[in-house]
Amino acid sequence: MSLKDKLSELRQRGLADIKESSDLKDVNQVRVQLLGKKGPITEVLRGMRDLDAEERPKVGAFANEIRDDLANALAKRKEELEKAVLNAQLAKETIDVTLPGTPVAKGEPHVIQQIVDQIEDLFLGMGYQVLSGPEVEEDKYNFEMMNLPKNHPARDMQDTFYITKEILMRTQTSPMQARTLEKHDFSKGPLKMISPGVVYRRDTDDPTHSHQFHQVEGLVIDKHVTMADLKGTLQVLAHELFGDKFDVRLRPSYFPFTEPSVEADITCFNCGGKGCKVCKNTGWIEVLGAGMVHPNVLKMAGVDPDVYGGFAFGVGPDRFAMLKYGVDDIRNFYLNDVRFLTQFTKKG
Amino acid sequence: MKISYNWIKEYLDLNVKPADLAEKIERTSVEVDGVTTPSDGLKKIVVGHVLSLEAHPDSDHLHVCQVDVGEDEPLQIVCGAPNVAAGQNVIVALPGSRIADNVKIKKSKMRGVPSAGMICALQEIGFPEDVVPKDYVDGIYVLPEDATPGDAVYDYLGMNDSLIDLDVTPNRGDMLSLYGTLHDLAAIYDKPVKLDHPEVKEDGTAIADQLAVHVDDALSPQYRMRLVKNVKLAPSPMWLQIRLWNAGMRPINNVVDITNYIMLKYGQPLHAFDYDKFNGEDVYVRTAKAGEKLTTLDENDHDLDENDIVIADQKGPIALAGVMGGLDASIQDGTTTVAIESAVFEHDHIRKAAQRHNLHTDASQRFERGVNQAGVQEALDAAAQMMNELADGEVQKGSVVGSSNIPDSAVIDITLTHVNAILGTELTMDQVSHILESLGFEVAVNDDTLTVTVAVRRNDIHIPADLLEEIARIYGYDQLPATLPTGRMTMGTLTMKQRLMRATRHSLEGLGLNQAISYALTTEEKAKMFMMQDSETTNLAWPMSVDHAVLRMNVVSGLLDDIAYNSARKVKDVALYEQGRVFYREDGNDRPSEEEHIAGAITGTLMPEAWNQPAQPVDFFQMKGIVAAYLKDMVVNGDVTYEPNADMPEMHPGRTADVLVHGHRIGFLGQIHPLIAKQFKIGATYVFELNLQAIIDMPKQENQYDVISRYPAITRDIAMLVDDDVTNDQVVALIERRGGAFLQSVKLFDVYDGVKVPKGKKSLAYTLTYQDKHETLVDDAVTQAFDKVSKRLEDDLGAQIR
Ligand SMILES: [Zn+2]
Repeated sequence: MSLKDKLSELRQRGLADIKESSDLKDVNQVRVQLLGKKGPITEVLRGMRDLDAEERPKVGAFANEIRDDLANALAKRKEELEKAVLNAQLAKETIDVTLPGTPVAKGEPHVIQQIVDQIEDLFLGMGYQVLSGPEVEEDKYNFEMMNLPKNHPARDMQDTFYITKEILMRTQTSPMQARTLEKHDFSKGPLKMISPGVVYRRDTDDPTHSHQFHQVEGLVIDKHVTMADLKGTLQVLAHELFGDKFDVRLRPSYFPFTEPSVEADITCFNCGGKGCKVCKNTGWIEVLGAGMVHPNVLKMAGVDPDVYGGFAFGVGPDRFAMLKYGVDDIRNFYLNDVRFLTQFTKKG
Repeated sequence: MKISYNWIKEYLDLNVKPADLAEKIERTSVEVDGVTTPSDGLKKIVVGHVLSLEAHPDSDHLHVCQVDVGEDEPLQIVCGAPNVAAGQNVIVALPGSRIADNVKIKKSKMRGVPSAGMICALQEIGFPEDVVPKDYVDGIYVLPEDATPGDAVYDYLGMNDSLIDLDVTPNRGDMLSLYGTLHDLAAIYDKPVKLDHPEVKEDGTAIADQLAVHVDDALSPQYRMRLVKNVKLAPSPMWLQIRLWNAGMRPINNVVDITNYIMLKYGQPLHAFDYDKFNGEDVYVRTAKAGEKLTTLDENDHDLDENDIVIADQKGPIALAGVMGGLDASIQDGTTTVAIESAVFEHDHIRKAAQRHNLHTDASQRFERGVNQAGVQEALDAAAQMMNELADGEVQKGSVVGSSNIPDSAVIDITLTHVNAILGTELTMDQVSHILESLGFEVAVNDDTLTVTVAVRRNDIHIPADLLEEIARIYGYDQLPATLPTGRMTMGTLTMKQRLMRATRHSLEGLGLNQAISYALTTEEKAKMFMMQDSETTNLAWPMSVDHAVLRMNVVSGLLDDIAYNSARKVKDVALYEQGRVFYREDGNDRPSEEEHIAGAITGTLMPEAWNQPAQPVDFFQMKGIVAAYLKDMVVNGDVTYEPNADMPEMHPGRTADVLVHGHRIGFLGQIHPLIAKQFKIGATYVFELNLQAIIDMPKQENQYDVISRYPAITRDIAMLVDDDVTNDQVVALIERRGGAFLQSVKLFDVYDGVKVPKGKKSLAYTLTYQDKHETLVDDAVTQAFDKVSKRLEDDLGAQIR
């Protein structure tokens, strides 16, 4: 049998042994057997001394080829077996992925805060400033500069918590409008602002009344502001807060600080405008008051009503939240039951 | 005010359904609270004629009646009303009928006697008790003699009319009357309205010989009276009673009803006095004198003062002007001569009198808003004429007029350009002038200018802006275009303060706390808890309740209220924060200063128990971790330190720390005192409160890049025994100060004071990390530094290194 044949046979047998090895230990044994210093290939190569100088490199090359083949086969087999071991291991590690995830502590913003933030962001995008004023106000800013002199009958509409004769808990956030109007320099551009905040009324708390609630008031004063601009702005607000399918309608109303004054209704959430109990069969729900700023308000703040004018509006985030989420008791907003608070996951 | 659809139709040719009319009014004039038709929901309620009745055999108050309901056989109905009698026409709810509140009536037996239906009181078919004539309040109602048995009762009682309930704003006093409403509807529908005007048939002698009035015209700009003699008091005819009860008023007798009817029609409150009860022939309109008293029609006694306007005779007050008449001179059985008053009273006095005496009447409501000052005499004449027609009275010649200051019409110039510039419309001159004329105003056009003479009844219109409203609403708000303001661009950005307030909320939410909004008005006791600085309280002058009477000077107590609310509802794990203001007041100032605070409170566990995680009750260090993480988010520039504070009465003396930034106290954190927890009825609770304004105002760190070393760090652990009163801060401060140039961080990894350490000692263990930014540290250098610091700990703090 020539050396070459011997080598061929060795390859045959070696590959078969490798194939039959069933674990990593086997593979190692086979490797030592085949490729070790005392292995058959080494032995064959030792027999090369007896060959012609001509034959020697050929057989040598062949022997190296076979050694590489066997080494590759061993490596491949080893990888296969390792993979099998890993797979078996991973199979053992299988868990029930439907078990609940580990709870993490996560807080939610208050639902009214979410609505206030949404309104703020909308108006910031339209170039308004956000201004907040004192909650304890002077009668002058809360009422008088809002065209509500001391004996004005409309003062009965909003019962007030007084601290002294001249100091009170603000009943609206519009005093900030008066304060800002007084200071605004119109040569630097129009005044566009909203004032969000907490307001207070002398009410007994019940499902629809709260002595503390929120308001966001808006004000735009410039040279050419129209009532159509007011209507368009309120439409944008309604679409932002409730969705595009909600219509806005304006109705005449009365506020001492605006003339004309309107109330704005939006399509009823509950029935989509067809009429139901919630909207008293009108298909509409009242959501805010607005109007063109009364000339007296401008005059009192030192702004010339013959040159400047504009609109103001006031919305109640509490009412919005009640309507939007069907909350039937306003007191929920101030009692802070965590089961209530955590229902309003912040979107976006 | 409830206004009758049928009554409107008598004057205005409208072809719209009541609901549509109501919607139009709501969109164009005033809010509508609802439209009701009293007969809605009622079924099979007919006129019955009581043929006979006999006592029920087993009852002393029931009667067994045979009632003709227009069918072949009479019905037998058992009736318990005391006033049922043979020969009456009554309201019968037939078997199978439906009466008020959706109640169904079936055949039944009453104490063994079959009863086929029910004889009804007005309340039982839906009338509010306060409009039912007094004679019928406690029994069944008796229909007119000419009613036909078997007919539905609704038309006899005016129940098929539709009633539109107007919620009139304070400026639209004119809408508190039929005539005022008609004027608006005429403009809305662009139709002519024909109003009737009274012609008085006078008789007898001149009133001037029988009555004189003396009026302070500052109190009463108009004061007029007529005298009607020989009136015969009787119930009013049905049509008049129907008008009243459909407007929510109770019919009394013909004379009183006429005054109320005229008020509904013209908006002018009238008062009818019994002339024979006057002391003397002089009537005075004046302010009351201190000590004077009056018993009003509702039999309540009032102490009067000089702020009240009264009508008085020689002896004293006989009416609280514009609010309610006095009982003594009122129309009563036996009255034959009636003095009718038609007047205008100064609105502010009326408003205050109504408040002071808690008497908000139909009259005061109208005088407060202002009546049609051009129609005072007409209303008086109309009433007198009706007393002639309906009560056979003789209207004496003429009126007495104590004052007659009828205001001039407002005349307002407005340009078409201005109208379109403000409304954003493109109206024509014709459109605008037509709208104003349809409201009954006179309009003169000169180029671009309209000169508008406003009807006196519209006392709410004084300036061009008022006219703009009239034009806009009659034109229709639906027709206005919708645009957005144009003009110079403005920036819309949050201020730094606003951004930090938002960041504060986001940070604490990320740390697991839910935002709460609590009441800023609280009890005096809670307002003063957890004080961070000295302050006077700010108290409401007239609180609604002691629970909300004083402005808070801390935010924590409100959060404890919230936890108590949760706890009472078996919610045991509560983690809340609140961003809000506290109100500090200095002695001598009426007004407090307002300071933004941020506070948190946790009870139970922050991390809820789960299948793979045991419940971990909140403790001081968890709350401290939250405060520390939050302050890191606020990037305040300066070291944050915590110092024990055993002096806050509401806090646990051993588990409370002041929070300091750069040595400046900004708040506190810790466990609330167990006695406070007990007072609020809550479990162990950890809280913090910080002066948010201070945090906002503090300088902030610049974020600067710090090179991350490429060279390996070497760590050494050190454990030591120290006395119990040695604090972690002391140890860390010493290590940091004496740790050498390469010390990067000191981290506490163990605290132990169990059985294995001697009494009065505790074991602390730290990992010290060393690193050089520029080269690899050699072990020797670290060992040297480490030994040095160990020595220092032994020398300075008496530590035993282990
Ligand atoms: Zn609806």
